Amino acid sequence: MSASRSAPPSLASWLASGLGRLVLALAVPGLTFLGLWQGFLFLRDSDAPKLLIALVAIIWGVGGAGLLYLVSNWLVEQLPAEWVRRLQPFLFIGPAMAILIWFLALPTLRTLWISLFNANSSVFVGLQNYLDVLTQQSMLDVFRNNLLWMVLGTSFTVVFGLLVAVLADRSRFETLAKSIIFMPMAISFVGAGVIWNFVYEVKDKADPQIGLLNAIWVALGNEPQAWTALITPPFNSLFLIVIVIWLQTGYAMVLFSAAIKGVPGEILEAAQVDGANDIQVFFQIMIPQITGTIITVTTTVIIFTLKIFDVVWVMTGGQFGTSVIATEFYRQYFTNRNFGYGSAIAIILLIAVIPVMIYNLRQFKEREAF
Amino acid sequence: MDNRTRKLVGQIAINGALALICLAWLIPTFGLLVSSFRDRTDIQVSGWWTIFPHQDWVKTGEVDIPADADRQGVMTIGGAQGTFEEFRAGVTSPDGQRLTWMGNRRLGRVEIQERQWKTNANFTLDNYVNVLTGKEYIITQPDGSTRTVKGDDMGNAFLNSLIVAVPSTVIPILIAAFAAYGFAWMNFPGRRILFTIVVALLVVPLQIALVPILRDYVALDLNGTFLAVWLAHTGFGLPLATYLLFNYISQLPRDILESAFIDGASHFTIFTQLIIPLSVPALASFAIFQFLWVWNDYLVALIFVGAKPDVQVITQRLAEIVGSRGADWHLLTAGAFISMLLPLAVFFSLQRFFVRGLLSGSVKG
Repeated sequence: MSASRSAPPSLASWLASGLGRLVLALAVPGLTFLGLWQGFLFLRDSDAPKLLIALVAIIWGVGGAGLLYLVSNWLVEQLPAEWVRRLQPFLFIGPAMAILIWFLALPTLRTLWISLFNANSSVFVGLQNYLDVLTQQSMLDVFRNNLLWMVLGTSFTVVFGLLVAVLADRSRFETLAKSIIFMPMAISFVGAGVIWNFVYEVKDKADPQIGLLNAIWVALGNEPQAWTALITPPFNSLFLIVIVIWLQTGYAMVLFSAAIKGVPGEILEAAQVDGANDIQVFFQIMIPQITGTIITVTTTVIIFTLKIFDVVWVMTGGQFGTSVIATEFYRQYFTNRNFGYGSAIAIILLIAVIPVMIYNLRQFKEREAF
Repeated sequence: MDNRTRKLVGQIAINGALALICLAWLIPTFGLLVSSFRDRTDIQVSGWWTIFPHQDWVKTGEVDIPADADRQGVMTIGGAQGTFEEFRAGVTSPDGQRLTWMGNRRLGRVEIQERQWKTNANFTLDNYVNVLTGKEYIITQPDGSTRTVKGDDMGNAFLNSLIVAVPSTVIPILIAAFAAYGFAWMNFPGRRILFTIVVALLVVPLQIALVPILRDYVALDLNGTFLAVWLAHTGFGLPLATYLLFNYISQLPRDILESAFIDGASHFTIFTQLIIPLSVPALASFAIFQFLWVWNDYLVALIFVGAKPDVQVITQRLAEIVGSRGADWHLLTAGAFISMLLPLAVFFSLQRFFVRGLLSGSVKG
């Protein structure tokens, strides 16, 4: 310290002076933004090799976000201590709140607003869109399909998940079995759609069937069927629901497996000593002990099936009477350009999800997970 | 039955049931995997299970159709009698051979067939090469010279998915971790209300947000850029990320932070030097979850990337093949597997963290 004080005025001491600080405080964020903007332009317009773009994009995106925090924190810390204490919390939570408000809070209000107008948002129609959505036969079929998804998808997922969890818990091959059941969770809905389209593939009667289901069906002496298309609705939806059961059972299994291992061993042993058989132990001891988990899994899968989109979209595009709320929203909004009607569907979806979600959150709080 | 046999029977029943369920779960994926290595015509004319040894009719010779055979009525060929339809399905001659009419009524031929064990195991990597590199198109330019342009391919879409997924995973976690720390360890007016807003936004289904954001993007000329997709995924992932990380960070022992404060560390230093390293398990489990979610996402990409081929991600490309060439199973099977490669690798190598994430509630609301 003393050495630098006695030295002739240097760049460092000039920077430390008030004017230098101000210049620096303006220059650093300015340069940061300029650099990030250049990166953005490069990514948007460049013809560079794909691999280079990929590298630049990832570094720019990840590094840029970190840099913004670093620079703005540095700026705040230049201020007097009292201001640092006041402003720093908003530096920490500000970006999150800004993005949440831009991407979720405001859009919800805006969609609500659009839903009160006609197809091209020019005439205020009040609740007419909601009346239409809730009374038209085509929409009622859509709600019926969603109900089917909710009831069948959820119950089978829960039952299979519980079954696998209980069986695996008593097997020596627990890890292997759980990995296999769990694996579909890593597969995209589009990928799952391809997998199951292949299972459901139908060929002409005279040709050999290459889809597994039709091959079995024909071998049993039946005519080949177009499972997801030409079967009477709502039965063709069942073949789509199978896909989601296949995808989601792994999730249910993981939660149930953890819950089962959490049931105190003494209780189970005590019941066995008292002469209860396995089935009695399961229904009268195990199930009451894991009720909380069953509710969590059920509500989560219900929300999931209410919002189901990708599977239906990839398998049938919502045709053949398999449409659900989310695909109908997409079709009304982006294909028919009926903005008011589409927004009303989205709001109804929100209203349907809210009570289930609140219940789900409350359950989580009680379990104090994490 | 004594106790030991009963236990053994129980074990067999349990493992048998488990094996059955696992088999049912595996077969759809397995069929696709096998098919992706089969020749393109093989896929179309025989089921993938024919790669296993099975009994089938195999051609051993041919018989001539008598010139005077009545193709509309009953014919006698190679000692067997039957109509065209019967021969089409296969007729057994008196000496035990099977005769089958191949082709149409006018120009067909009759094969002698015998039942033999066979396998249809011709494997090839062509499908993958085809899907990854795309076809080459030769374009003739106005001055007469030609230029070879590579068709847009899945390799490109794979890179795009990577460009979308990595920042879309890191950015929301970074922002959420800052916010979680702020909510957990800093004092400021409006803390409770703001946190309640975060939790309340957990219920908003992302469908509701798509359209207004799309309008903003169009106004800002952001649509179809990577930044647009990153921001969208960040926004949709933030409520859950903030909520989960808050639960974790607020549970960290208070005295560690207090001693750091006494040593004169600032909030920023404590956050980067102390909280982040301590929160690695929570960060990792949410990161895996968000990565898989973004990689597998289709709807967000569909709306914010749209039809721009040079920005399209892998799920879009795959869905496009489903839509336009849904019967080209040699492309679909290989393409589907390429799209699953990375998530499956991430999933199996980091399964432990993934399970932990699920148990803590990492499910998109």
